[in-house]
Amino acid sequence: MSLDHSDVEKIAHLARMALDESQIDAYAKDLSNILGLVEALEVANTDHVEPMAHPLHMAQRLRQDQVTEKDHREENQSISPSVESGLYLVPQVIE
Amino acid sequence: MHKKTIAELGAGLRAGEFSSVELTHHFLQRIERLEGNLNSLVTVTPESALMAAEAADQQIKSGNADPLMGIPILQKDIFCTRGVKTSCGSRMLDNFISPYDATVTERLMQAGAVSLGKANMDEFAMGSSNETSYYGPVKNPWDTARVPGGSSGGSAAAVAARLAVAATGTDTGGSIRQPAALCGITGLKPTYGRVSRFGMIAFASSLDQAGPMTHSAEDAALMLQAMVGFDPKDSTSADEPVPDYIASLDDSLQGLRIGLPKEYFGEGLDPAVSDSVESAIEVYRQLGAEVMEISLPNTGLAVPTYYVVAPAECSSNLSRFDGVRFGCRCENPHDLEDLYKRSRGEGFGPEVKRRIMIGTYALSAGYYDAYYLKAQKTRHLISDDFRNAFEKVDVIMGPTTPTTAFGLGEKMDDPVTMYLNDIYTIATNLAGLPGISLPVAPVNGLPVGLQIIGNYFAEAKLLNVAHRFQRESEWHRQMPIGFD
Repeated sequence: MSLDHSDVEKIAHLARMALDESQIDAYAKDLSNILGLVEALEVANTDHVEPMAHPLHMAQRLRQDQVTEKDHREENQSISPSVESGLYLVPQVIE
Repeated sequence: MHKKTIAELGAGLRAGEFSSVELTHHFLQRIERLEGNLNSLVTVTPESALMAAEAADQQIKSGNADPLMGIPILQKDIFCTRGVKTSCGSRMLDNFISPYDATVTERLMQAGAVSLGKANMDEFAMGSSNETSYYGPVKNPWDTARVPGGSSGGSAAAVAARLAVAATGTDTGGSIRQPAALCGITGLKPTYGRVSRFGMIAFASSLDQAGPMTHSAEDAALMLQAMVGFDPKDSTSADEPVPDYIASLDDSLQGLRIGLPKEYFGEGLDPAVSDSVESAIEVYRQLGAEVMEISLPNTGLAVPTYYVVAPAECSSNLSRFDGVRFGCRCENPHDLEDLYKRSRGEGFGPEVKRRIMIGTYALSAGYYDAYYLKAQKTRHLISDDFRNAFEKVDVIMGPTTPTTAFGLGEKMDDPVTMYLNDIYTIATNLAGLPGISLPVAPVNGLPVGLQIIGNYFAEAKLLNVAHRFQRESEWHRQMPIGFD
Protein backbone atom coordinates (compact mmCIF):
# COMPACT_ATOMS: atom_id res chain seq x y z
CA MET A 1 0.00 0.00 0.00
CA SER A 2 1.53 3.24 -1.11
CA LEU A 3 0.34 6.62 0.11
CA ASP A 4 0.68 9.82 -1.89
CA HIS A 5 0.71 13.50 -1.02
CA SER A 6 -3.08 13.85 -0.88
CA ASP A 7 -3.51 10.67 1.21
CA VAL A 8 -1.16 12.10 3.81
CA GLU A 9 -3.05 15.40 3.81
CA LYS A 10 -6.31 13.51 4.34
CA ILE A 11 -4.89 11.41 7.21
CA ALA A 12 -3.31 14.47 8.86
CA HIS A 13 -6.70 16.20 8.71
CA LEU A 14 -8.39 13.18 10.33
CA ALA A 15 -5.74 13.34 13.07
CA ARG A 16 -6.25 17.14 13.37
CA MET A 17 -2.53 17.68 12.93
CA ALA A 18 -0.94 20.43 10.85
CA LEU A 19 2.02 19.28 8.75
CA ASP A 20 4.66 21.42 7.17
CA GLU A 21 3.85 21.38 3.42
CA SER A 22 7.52 20.76 2.60
CA GLN A 23 7.56 17.56 4.70
CA ILE A 24 4.44 15.87 3.34
CA ASP A 25 6.26 13.91 0.64
CA ALA A 26 8.79 12.62 3.15
CA TYR A 27 5.90 11.47 5.38
CA ALA A 28 4.26 9.80 2.36
CA LYS A 29 7.44 7.81 1.75
CA ASP A 30 7.94 6.85 5.42
CA LEU A 31 4.31 5.89 5.96
CA SER A 32 4.32 3.81 2.75
CA ASN A 33 7.43 1.98 3.96
CA ILE A 34 5.79 1.27 7.32
CA LEU A 35 2.66 -0.02 5.58
CA GLY A 36 4.99 -2.16 3.44
CA LEU A 37 6.35 -3.72 6.64
CA VAL A 38 2.80 -4.33 7.87
CA GLU A 39 1.81 -6.06 4.62
CA ALA A 40 3.58 -9.19 5.92
CA LEU A 41 0.39 -9.82 7.93
CA GLU A 42 -1.61 -10.54 4.78
CA VAL A 43 -0.01 -13.96 4.28
CA ALA A 44 -0.84 -15.15 7.81
CA ASN A 45 -3.75 -17.54 7.92
CA THR A 46 -6.13 -16.16 10.52
CA ASP A 47 -9.24 -18.14 9.61
CA HIS A 48 -11.05 -19.16 12.82
CA VAL A 49 -8.66 -17.03 14.95
CA GLU A 50 -10.33 -14.79 17.51
CA PRO A 51 -9.07 -11.19 17.69
CA MET A 52 -7.05 -10.53 20.85
CA ALA A 53 -7.76 -7.17 22.46
CA HIS A 54 -6.22 -7.73 25.86
CA PRO A 55 -3.26 -9.87 26.91
CA LEU A 56 -4.96 -11.31 29.97
CA HIS A 57 -8.42 -11.78 28.43
CA MET A 58 -9.71 -9.77 31.33
CA ALA A 59 -13.25 -8.45 31.63
CA GLN A 60 -13.77 -4.77 32.40
CA ARG A 61 -13.95 -4.27 36.13
CA LEU A 62 -16.93 -2.35 37.49
CA ARG A 63 -17.13 -0.13 40.55
CA GLN A 64 -19.80 1.66 42.54
CA ASP A 65 -20.82 4.98 41.00
CA GLN A 66 -19.52 7.06 43.88
CA VAL A 67 -17.52 10.25 44.19
CA THR A 68 -14.03 9.21 45.28
CA GLU A 69 -12.03 12.32 44.40
CA LYS A 70 -12.25 15.78 45.88
CA ASP A 71 -12.58 18.79 43.58
CA HIS A 72 -9.28 19.43 41.78
CA ARG A 73 -10.54 22.10 39.40
CA GLU A 74 -8.17 24.82 40.55
CA GLU A 75 -5.05 22.64 40.45
CA ASN A 76 -6.00 21.23 37.07
CA GLN A 77 -6.78 24.61 35.58
CA SER A 78 -3.64 26.24 36.94
CA ILE A 79 -1.68 24.60 34.11
CA SER A 80 -4.15 25.41 31.36
CA PRO A 81 -3.11 27.72 28.50
CA SER A 82 -6.30 29.82 28.80
CA VAL A 83 -8.93 29.86 31.56
CA GLU A 84 -11.51 32.35 32.78
CA SER A 85 -13.96 32.01 35.69
CA GLY A 86 -13.27 28.29 35.93
CA LEU A 87 -13.88 27.69 32.23
CA TYR A 88 -11.41 26.65 29.52
CA LEU A 89 -11.26 29.22 26.73
CA VAL A 90 -11.14 28.31 23.04
CA PRO A 91 -11.81 30.38 19.89
CA GLN A 92 -15.50 31.14 19.41
CA VAL A 93 -17.37 28.11 18.02
CA ILE A 94 -20.95 29.41 17.73
CA GLU A 95 -21.50 32.60 15.74
CA MET B 1 29.30 4.72 47.22
CA HIS B 2 28.05 4.82 43.63
CA LYS B 3 29.57 1.39 42.89
CA LYS B 4 27.24 -0.28 45.36
CA THR B 5 23.85 -1.85 44.73
CA ILE B 6 20.59 -0.94 46.49
CA ALA B 7 21.03 -3.91 48.78
CA GLU B 8 24.57 -2.84 49.74
CA LEU B 9 23.68 0.84 50.16
CA GLY B 10 20.65 -0.05 52.26
CA ALA B 11 22.86 -2.08 54.60
CA GLY B 12 25.31 0.88 54.82
CA LEU B 13 22.49 3.31 55.64
CA ARG B 14 21.06 1.09 58.36
CA ALA B 15 24.52 0.46 59.86
CA GLY B 16 25.05 4.24 60.04
CA GLU B 17 28.14 4.14 57.74
CA PHE B 18 26.69 7.10 55.82
CA SER B 19 23.42 9.00 55.77
CA SER B 20 20.89 9.33 52.98
CA VAL B 21 21.71 13.04 52.81
CA GLU B 22 25.39 12.18 52.19
CA LEU B 23 24.43 9.58 49.63
CA THR B 24 22.08 12.00 47.87
CA HIS B 25 24.77 14.71 47.80
CA HIS B 26 27.19 12.19 46.35
CA PHE B 27 24.89 11.34 43.45
CA LEU B 28 23.87 14.98 42.88
CA GLN B 29 27.57 15.84 42.57
CA ARG B 30 28.05 13.02 40.08
CA ILE B 31 25.11 14.33 38.08
CA GLU B 32 26.64 17.80 38.07
CA ARG B 33 30.02 16.47 36.97
CA LEU B 34 29.02 13.79 34.45
CA GLU B 35 25.52 14.44 33.13
CA GLY B 36 26.75 16.95 30.54
CA ASN B 37 28.36 14.07 28.61
CA LEU B 38 25.15 12.04 28.48
CA ASN B 39 22.03 14.25 28.36
CA SER B 40 20.26 11.52 30.30
CA LEU B 41 18.14 13.81 32.48
CA VAL B 42 15.39 16.32 31.68
CA THR B 43 14.95 17.68 35.21
CA VAL B 44 17.08 17.45 38.36
CA THR B 45 15.32 18.15 41.69
CA PRO B 46 18.10 18.65 44.29
CA GLU B 47 15.98 20.48 46.89
CA SER B 48 13.15 17.98 47.08
CA ALA B 49 15.71 15.14 46.93
CA LEU B 50 17.59 16.46 49.96
CA MET B 51 14.34 17.00 51.86
CA ALA B 52 13.31 13.41 51.13
CA ALA B 53 16.77 12.22 52.17
CA GLU B 54 16.51 14.07 55.50
CA ALA B 55 13.13 12.51 56.16
CA ALA B 56 14.54 9.08 55.26
CA ASP B 57 17.45 9.58 57.68
CA GLN B 58 14.94 10.27 60.46
CA GLN B 59 13.04 7.10 59.56
CA ILE B 60 16.22 5.01 59.51
CA LYS B 61 17.26 6.43 62.91
CA SER B 62 13.93 5.39 64.36
CA GLY B 63 14.46 1.85 63.13
CA ASN B 64 12.75 1.79 59.74
CA ALA B 65 14.43 -0.98 57.71
CA ASP B 66 12.49 -0.69 54.45
CA PRO B 67 14.96 -1.67 51.71
CA LEU B 68 14.46 1.46 49.56
CA MET B 69 14.49 3.91 52.49
CA GLY B 70 16.92 6.72 51.59
CA ILE B 71 18.00 5.21 48.23
CA PRO B 72 18.49 7.76 45.38
CA ILE B 73 16.67 6.85 42.17
CA LEU B 74 15.43 8.50 38.96
CA GLN B 75 11.98 8.50 37.41
CA LYS B 76 11.52 8.17 33.68
CA ASP B 77 9.86 11.42 32.60
CA ILE B 78 6.71 9.51 31.59
CA PHE B 79 5.61 9.16 35.24
CA CYS B 80 3.58 12.04 36.59
CA THR B 81 5.30 13.72 39.53
CA ARG B 82 3.27 16.29 41.41
CA GLY B 83 4.68 19.81 41.18
CA VAL B 84 7.51 18.71 38.86
CA LYS B 85 7.66 19.02 35.08
CA THR B 86 6.54 15.78 33.40
CA SER B 87 7.47 16.22 29.74
CA CYS B 88 7.32 12.68 28.32
CA GLY B 89 10.22 13.87 26.14
CA SER B 90 7.88 16.08 24.14
CA ARG B 91 7.53 19.75 23.34
CA MET B 92 3.80 19.10 23.79
CA LEU B 93 4.35 18.73 27.56
CA ASP B 94 7.40 20.98 27.97
CA ASN B 95 5.29 23.28 30.18
CA PHE B 96 3.34 20.51 31.95
CA ILE B 97 3.72 20.58 35.74
CA SER B 98 1.79 17.53 36.82
CA PRO B 99 -0.98 18.22 39.35
CA TYR B 100 -0.81 14.64 40.66
CA ASP B 101 1.50 11.66 41.22
CA ALA B 102 1.51 8.42 39.26
CA THR B 103 0.84 5.35 41.42
CA VAL B 104 4.42 4.20 40.75
CA THR B 105 5.76 7.58 41.91
CA GLU B 106 3.57 7.48 45.01
CA ARG B 107 4.55 3.92 45.94
CA LEU B 108 8.28 4.51 45.53
CA MET B 109 8.05 7.69 47.62
CA GLN B 110 6.12 5.82 50.31
CA ALA B 111 8.85 3.17 50.30
CA GLY B 112 11.34 5.94 51.11
CA ALA B 113 13.15 6.18 47.75
CA VAL B 114 14.70 9.61 47.08
CA SER B 115 13.93 10.91 43.58
CA LEU B 116 16.86 12.87 42.11
CA GLY B 117 14.91 13.92 39.03
CA LYS B 118 13.40 12.87 35.74
CA ALA B 119 15.14 10.85 33.03
CA ASN B 120 15.20 11.70 29.33
CA MET B 121 13.32 9.40 26.95
CA ASP B 122 12.11 9.05 23.39
CA GLU B 123 9.16 11.35 22.75
CA PHE B 124 6.04 9.69 24.22
CA ALA B 125 8.18 6.51 24.49
CA MET B 126 8.19 6.11 20.71
CA GLY B 127 11.68 5.16 19.66
CA SER B 128 14.45 2.60 20.07
CA SER B 129 17.46 4.91 20.32
CA ASN B 130 16.41 7.85 22.49
CA GLU B 131 16.96 10.16 19.53
CA THR B 132 13.32 11.31 19.20
CA SER B 133 13.34 13.30 22.48
CA TYR B 134 12.53 17.02 22.26
CA TYR B 135 15.47 17.47 24.66
CA GLY B 136 17.98 15.90 22.31
CA PRO B 137 19.53 12.45 22.10
CA VAL B 138 20.91 10.59 25.11
CA LYS B 139 24.41 9.15 24.74
CA ASN B 140 25.59 5.72 25.73
CA PRO B 141 28.15 5.92 28.58
CA TRP B 142 30.07 2.94 27.10
CA ASP B 143 30.70 4.97 23.93
CA THR B 144 29.21 8.45 23.73
CA ALA B 145 29.11 8.29 19.91
CA ARG B 146 26.51 5.54 20.25
CA VAL B 147 22.85 5.41 21.27
CA PRO B 148 21.75 4.08 24.67
CA GLY B 149 18.67 2.41 23.17
CA GLY B 150 15.15 3.52 23.89
CA SER B 151 12.69 4.53 24.83
CA SER B 152 13.94 4.39 28.46
CA GLY B 153 17.40 5.48 27.25
CA GLY B 154 17.88 8.23 29.85
CA SER B 155 17.10 5.82 32.69
CA ALA B 156 19.47 3.18 31.27
CA ALA B 157 22.37 5.58 30.58
CA ALA B 158 22.05 7.25 33.99
CA VAL B 159 22.02 3.95 35.89
CA ALA B 160 24.93 2.58 33.80
CA ALA B 161 26.92 5.77 34.55
CA ARG B 162 26.01 5.53 38.24
CA LEU B 163 24.16 8.86 38.32
CA ALA B 164 21.57 7.02 40.42
CA VAL B 165 21.38 3.53 41.87
CA ALA B 166 18.22 2.63 39.98
CA ALA B 167 15.55 4.11 37.76
CA THR B 168 12.04 3.42 36.60
CA GLY B 169 11.30 2.61 32.97
CA THR B 170 8.37 1.64 30.79
CA ASP B 171 8.24 -1.02 28.11
CA THR B 172 5.71 -1.07 25.26
CA GLY B 173 7.79 -2.98 22.69
CA GLY B 174 11.15 -3.40 24.44
CA SER B 175 11.72 0.03 25.96
CA ILE B 176 13.11 -1.30 29.27
CA ARG B 177 14.93 -4.42 28.04
CA GLN B 178 16.54 -3.01 24.88
CA PRO B 179 18.21 0.04 26.51
CA ALA B 180 19.14 -2.12 29.54
CA ALA B 181 20.92 -4.48 27.12
CA LEU B 182 22.69 -1.70 25.21
CA CYS B 183 23.83 0.04 28.44
CA GLY B 184 24.84 -3.08 30.37
CA ILE B 185 22.27 -2.99 33.17
CA THR B 186 19.43 -5.21 34.38
CA GLY B 187 15.92 -4.27 33.23
CA LEU B 188 12.65 -6.04 34.01
CA LYS B 189 9.37 -5.67 32.12
CA PRO B 190 6.71 -7.26 34.32
CA THR B 191 3.53 -9.02 33.16
CA TYR B 192 0.97 -6.65 31.63
CA GLY B 193 -1.17 -5.33 34.50
CA ARG B 194 1.35 -6.19 37.25
CA VAL B 195 2.41 -2.55 37.83
CA SER B 196 -0.20 0.22 37.80
CA ARG B 197 -0.38 2.41 34.70
CA PHE B 198 -2.16 5.22 36.57
CA GLY B 199 -0.30 8.48 35.98
CA MET B 200 2.03 6.86 33.46
CA ILE B 201 1.45 8.80 30.26
CA ALA B 202 -0.24 6.36 27.88
CA PHE B 203 1.25 5.29 24.55
CA ALA B 204 -0.36 1.90 23.73
CA SER B 205 -2.62 0.92 26.60
CA SER B 206 -2.82 -2.82 25.90
CA LEU B 207 0.99 -3.07 25.83
CA ASP B 208 2.44 -0.46 28.23
CA GLN B 209 4.02 -1.73 31.43
CA ALA B 210 6.37 -0.14 33.98
CA GLY B 211 9.36 -1.82 35.56
CA PRO B 212 12.70 -1.34 37.31
CA MET B 213 16.11 -0.64 35.72
CA THR B 214 18.95 -1.54 38.08
CA HIS B 215 22.44 -3.00 38.39
CA SER B 216 21.36 -6.42 39.54
CA ALA B 217 18.41 -8.77 39.63
CA GLU B 218 18.41 -8.47 43.41
CA ASP B 219 17.96 -4.70 43.09
CA ALA B 220 15.24 -5.21 40.49
CA ALA B 221 13.44 -7.45 43.00
CA LEU B 222 13.67 -4.74 45.68
CA MET B 223 12.34 -2.07 43.31
CA LEU B 224 9.60 -4.28 41.88
CA GLN B 225 8.39 -5.22 45.34
CA ALA B 226 7.69 -1.53 46.02
CA MET B 227 6.13 -0.86 42.59
CA VAL B 228 3.66 -3.75 42.18
CA GLY B 229 0.19 -4.39 43.43
CA PHE B 230 -3.44 -3.94 42.55
CA ASP B 231 -4.51 -0.36 41.90
CA PRO B 232 -8.21 0.50 41.60
CA LYS B 233 -7.21 3.64 39.68
CA ASP B 234 -5.96 1.51 36.76
CA SER B 235 -8.82 -0.34 35.06
CA THR B 236 -6.45 -3.04 33.75
CA SER B 237 -4.48 -3.51 36.97
CA ALA B 238 -4.15 -7.21 37.77
CA ASP B 239 -5.67 -8.30 41.06
CA GLU B 240 -3.16 -11.09 41.63
CA PRO B 241 -1.30 -12.00 44.84
CA VAL B 242 2.17 -10.42 45.16
CA PRO B 243 4.91 -12.89 46.09
CA ASP B 244 8.07 -12.07 48.05
CA TYR B 245 10.51 -11.48 45.19
CA ILE B 246 13.57 -11.62 47.46
CA ALA B 247 12.70 -14.91 49.17
CA SER B 248 13.09 -17.01 46.01
CA LEU B 249 16.18 -15.29 44.53
CA ASP B 250 18.58 -18.05 45.56
CA ASP B 251 16.37 -21.02 44.63
CA SER B 252 18.20 -23.82 42.85
CA LEU B 253 18.00 -24.02 39.05
CA GLN B 254 18.47 -27.79 39.05
CA GLY B 255 16.12 -29.20 36.43
CA LEU B 256 15.03 -25.77 35.13
CA ARG B 257 13.82 -26.22 31.55
CA ILE B 258 15.18 -23.48 29.28
CA GLY B 259 13.82 -23.10 25.75
CA LEU B 260 15.88 -21.43 23.02
CA PRO B 261 13.60 -20.29 20.19
CA LYS B 262 15.37 -21.11 16.93
CA GLU B 263 13.77 -17.98 15.41
CA TYR B 264 15.77 -15.80 17.88
CA PHE B 265 19.12 -17.18 16.71
CA GLY B 266 18.65 -16.90 12.96
CA GLU B 267 19.48 -14.40 10.28
CA GLY B 268 20.07 -10.82 11.43
CA LEU B 269 21.69 -11.78 14.75
CA ASP B 270 25.29 -10.58 15.05
CA PRO B 271 27.40 -13.78 15.45
CA ALA B 272 29.45 -12.21 18.26
CA VAL B 273 26.26 -11.36 20.19
CA SER B 274 25.08 -14.91 19.59
CA ASP B 275 28.36 -16.33 21.00
CA SER B 276 28.06 -14.15 24.08
CA VAL B 277 24.48 -15.31 24.70
CA GLU B 278 25.49 -18.95 24.11
CA SER B 279 28.26 -18.69 26.69
CA ALA B 280 25.76 -17.36 29.25
CA ILE B 281 23.47 -20.29 28.50
CA GLU B 282 26.43 -22.59 29.17
CA VAL B 283 26.55 -21.16 32.70
CA TYR B 284 22.93 -22.25 33.14
CA ARG B 285 23.79 -25.76 31.96
CA GLN B 286 26.44 -25.89 34.66
CA LEU B 287 23.85 -24.74 37.20
CA GLY B 288 21.81 -27.83 36.37
CA ALA B 289 19.37 -26.46 33.83
CA GLU B 290 18.14 -28.47 30.89
CA VAL B 291 18.39 -26.57 27.61
CA MET B 292 16.28 -27.40 24.55
CA GLU B 293 15.47 -25.85 21.22
CA ILE B 294 11.91 -24.64 20.77
CA SER B 295 10.02 -22.84 18.02
CA LEU B 296 7.92 -19.68 18.11
CA PRO B 297 6.75 -20.03 14.50
CA ASN B 298 4.93 -16.70 14.26
CA THR B 299 7.92 -14.58 15.37
CA GLY B 300 8.07 -12.95 11.93
CA LEU B 301 4.59 -11.49 12.46
CA ALA B 302 5.49 -9.69 15.70
CA VAL B 303 6.99 -6.46 14.35
CA PRO B 304 4.28 -5.98 11.67
CA THR B 305 1.53 -6.74 14.21
CA TYR B 306 3.02 -4.28 16.68
CA TYR B 307 3.18 -1.51 14.06
CA VAL B 308 -0.57 -1.74 13.63
CA VAL B 309 -1.66 -2.28 17.25
CA ALA B 310 0.68 0.26 18.90
CA PRO B 311 0.06 3.15 16.45
CA ALA B 312 -3.70 2.49 16.53
CA GLU B 313 -3.74 2.77 20.33
CA CYS B 314 -1.34 5.72 20.20
CA SER B 315 -3.51 7.67 17.76
CA SER B 316 -6.43 7.25 20.14
CA ASN B 317 -4.47 8.00 23.35
CA LEU B 318 -2.69 11.05 21.98
CA SER B 319 -5.94 12.66 20.81
CA ARG B 320 -6.14 14.07 24.36
CA PHE B 321 -3.36 16.52 23.48
CA ASP B 322 -5.50 19.20 21.85
CA GLY B 323 -4.08 22.48 23.18
CA VAL B 324 -7.17 23.18 25.30
CA ARG B 325 -6.64 22.01 28.88
CA PHE B 326 -2.86 21.62 29.25
CA GLY B 327 0.31 21.38 27.22
CA CYS B 328 1.41 23.16 24.07
CA ARG B 329 -1.00 25.67 22.50
CA CYS B 330 -0.35 27.53 19.24
CA GLU B 331 -0.31 31.35 19.08
CA ASN B 332 -3.46 33.21 17.93
CA PRO B 333 -5.63 30.35 16.67
CA HIS B 334 -8.29 31.72 14.28
CA ASP B 335 -10.79 28.94 14.98
CA LEU B 336 -11.07 25.71 16.99
CA GLU B 337 -9.82 23.46 14.20
CA ASP B 338 -6.80 25.71 13.71
CA LEU B 339 -6.16 25.53 17.47
CA TYR B 340 -6.17 21.70 17.39
CA LYS B 341 -4.16 21.35 14.22
CA ARG B 342 -1.40 23.84 14.89
CA SER B 343 -1.05 22.95 18.59
CA ARG B 344 -0.60 19.28 17.64
CA GLY B 345 1.55 20.10 14.62
CA GLU B 346 3.89 22.21 16.76
CA GLY B 347 3.81 20.01 19.87
CA PHE B 348 4.61 16.61 18.34
CA GLY B 349 7.88 15.57 16.71
CA PRO B 350 8.19 13.58 13.46
CA GLU B 351 8.18 10.03 14.90
CA VAL B 352 5.08 10.71 17.00
CA LYS B 353 3.39 12.23 13.95
CA ARG B 354 4.23 9.16 11.86
CA ARG B 355 2.73 6.83 14.43
CA ILE B 356 -0.39 8.93 14.94
CA MET B 357 -0.92 8.93 11.16
CA ILE B 358 -0.34 5.16 10.77
CA GLY B 359 -2.82 4.56 13.59
CA THR B 360 -5.36 7.01 12.21
CA TYR B 361 -5.10 5.35 8.82
CA ALA B 362 -5.35 1.79 10.19
CA LEU B 363 -8.49 2.70 12.14
CA SER B 364 -10.16 4.73 9.39
CA ALA B 365 -13.37 3.60 7.68
CA GLY B 366 -12.73 0.89 5.11
CA TYR B 367 -9.31 -0.11 6.47
CA TYR B 368 -10.16 -1.32 9.98
CA ASP B 369 -10.63 -4.99 9.04
CA ALA B 370 -7.53 -5.18 6.85
CA TYR B 371 -5.24 -3.67 9.47
CA TYR B 372 -6.48 -3.51 13.05
CA LEU B 373 -8.72 -6.58 13.11
CA LYS B 374 -6.10 -8.59 11.19
CA ALA B 375 -3.38 -7.51 13.62
CA GLN B 376 -5.52 -8.47 16.63
CA LYS B 377 -5.79 -11.95 15.12
CA THR B 378 -2.07 -12.29 14.39
CA ARG B 379 -1.49 -11.06 17.94
CA HIS B 380 -3.45 -14.09 19.07
CA LEU B 381 -1.23 -16.40 16.99
CA ILE B 382 1.90 -14.87 18.55
CA SER B 383 0.45 -15.26 22.04
CA ASP B 384 -0.45 -18.91 21.33
CA ASP B 385 3.17 -19.61 20.33
CA PHE B 386 4.25 -18.70 23.85
CA ARG B 387 1.38 -20.60 25.44
CA ASN B 388 2.50 -23.74 23.60
CA ALA B 389 6.16 -23.15 24.47
CA PHE B 390 5.45 -22.80 28.18
CA GLU B 391 3.89 -26.27 28.20
CA LYS B 392 7.39 -27.62 27.53
CA VAL B 393 9.75 -25.14 29.21
CA ASP B 394 9.91 -22.94 32.32
CA VAL B 395 11.68 -19.96 30.76
CA ILE B 396 12.68 -18.86 27.27
CA MET B 397 16.13 -17.39 26.62
CA GLY B 398 17.73 -15.52 23.76
CA PRO B 399 19.44 -12.26 22.87
CA THR B 400 17.67 -9.03 23.88
CA THR B 401 18.85 -7.24 20.73
CA PRO B 402 20.34 -8.41 17.42
CA THR B 403 23.43 -6.15 17.75
CA THR B 404 25.27 -4.03 20.30
CA ALA B 405 24.60 -0.26 20.48
CA PHE B 406 24.67 1.44 17.07
CA GLY B 407 25.96 4.92 16.24
CA LEU B 408 23.98 8.10 16.92
CA GLY B 409 22.11 9.14 13.78
CA GLU B 410 22.81 5.81 12.04
CA LYS B 411 19.19 4.63 11.77
CA MET B 412 17.26 7.89 12.04
CA ASP B 413 16.62 8.19 8.29
CA ASP B 414 14.73 4.95 8.01
CA PRO B 415 11.97 4.24 10.54
CA VAL B 416 11.54 0.62 9.40
CA THR B 417 15.22 -0.26 10.06
CA MET B 418 14.87 1.34 13.48
CA TYR B 419 11.73 -0.70 14.22
CA LEU B 420 13.57 -3.97 13.54
CA ASN B 421 15.77 -3.37 16.60
CA ASP B 422 12.94 -4.59 18.76
CA ILE B 423 12.52 -7.84 16.88
CA TYR B 424 13.23 -10.03 19.96
CA THR B 425 11.39 -7.95 22.53
CA ILE B 426 8.12 -6.96 20.83
CA ALA B 427 6.37 -10.37 20.89
CA THR B 428 6.58 -10.43 24.69
CA ASN B 429 4.56 -7.21 24.90
CA LEU B 430 1.98 -8.46 22.41
CA ALA B 431 1.51 -11.58 24.54
CA GLY B 432 1.64 -9.57 27.81
CA LEU B 433 4.43 -11.74 29.25
CA PRO B 434 7.23 -10.66 31.61
CA GLY B 435 10.83 -10.42 30.37
CA ILE B 436 14.17 -9.42 31.84
CA SER B 437 17.44 -8.39 30.23
CA LEU B 438 20.74 -8.84 32.04
CA PRO B 439 24.31 -8.09 30.99
CA VAL B 440 26.47 -10.96 29.66
CA ALA B 441 29.97 -10.89 28.10
CA PRO B 442 30.48 -7.67 26.11
CA VAL B 443 31.49 -7.55 22.45
CA ASN B 444 34.26 -5.09 21.53
CA GLY B 445 33.74 -3.28 24.83
CA LEU B 446 30.00 -2.84 24.27
CA PRO B 447 27.36 -4.46 26.49
CA VAL B 448 25.23 -7.41 25.39
CA GLY B 449 21.93 -8.44 26.97
CA LEU B 450 20.54 -11.90 27.63
CA GLN B 451 16.76 -11.87 27.56
CA ILE B 452 14.76 -14.26 29.72
CA ILE B 453 11.02 -14.51 29.11
CA GLY B 454 8.72 -16.11 31.66
CA ASN B 455 5.12 -17.19 31.91
CA TYR B 456 2.39 -14.81 33.15
CA PHE B 457 3.16 -13.41 36.64
CA ALA B 458 6.42 -15.41 36.82
CA GLU B 459 8.51 -12.35 37.78
CA ALA B 460 9.86 -14.16 40.85
CA LYS B 461 11.13 -16.99 38.64
CA LEU B 462 12.76 -14.54 36.19
CA LEU B 463 14.49 -12.69 39.03
CA ASN B 464 15.65 -15.99 40.53
CA VAL B 465 17.06 -17.20 37.19
CA ALA B 466 18.79 -13.85 36.56
CA HIS B 467 20.16 -13.63 40.12
CA ARG B 468 21.70 -17.10 39.97
CA PHE B 469 23.62 -16.06 36.85
CA GLN B 470 24.79 -12.88 38.55
CA ARG B 471 26.10 -14.94 41.48
CA GLU B 472 28.37 -16.68 38.96
CA SER B 473 29.40 -13.64 36.89
CA GLU B 474 30.67 -10.09 37.30
CA TRP B 475 29.28 -8.56 34.09
CA HIS B 476 26.67 -6.59 36.03
CA ARG B 477 29.45 -4.97 38.06
CA GLN B 478 31.35 -3.62 35.04
CA MET B 479 31.50 0.15 34.76
CA PRO B 480 31.98 2.34 31.69
CA ILE B 481 35.39 4.07 31.54
CA GLY B 482 35.25 7.73 32.50
CA PHE B 483 32.35 7.24 34.92
CA ASP B 484 34.30 5.69 37.83
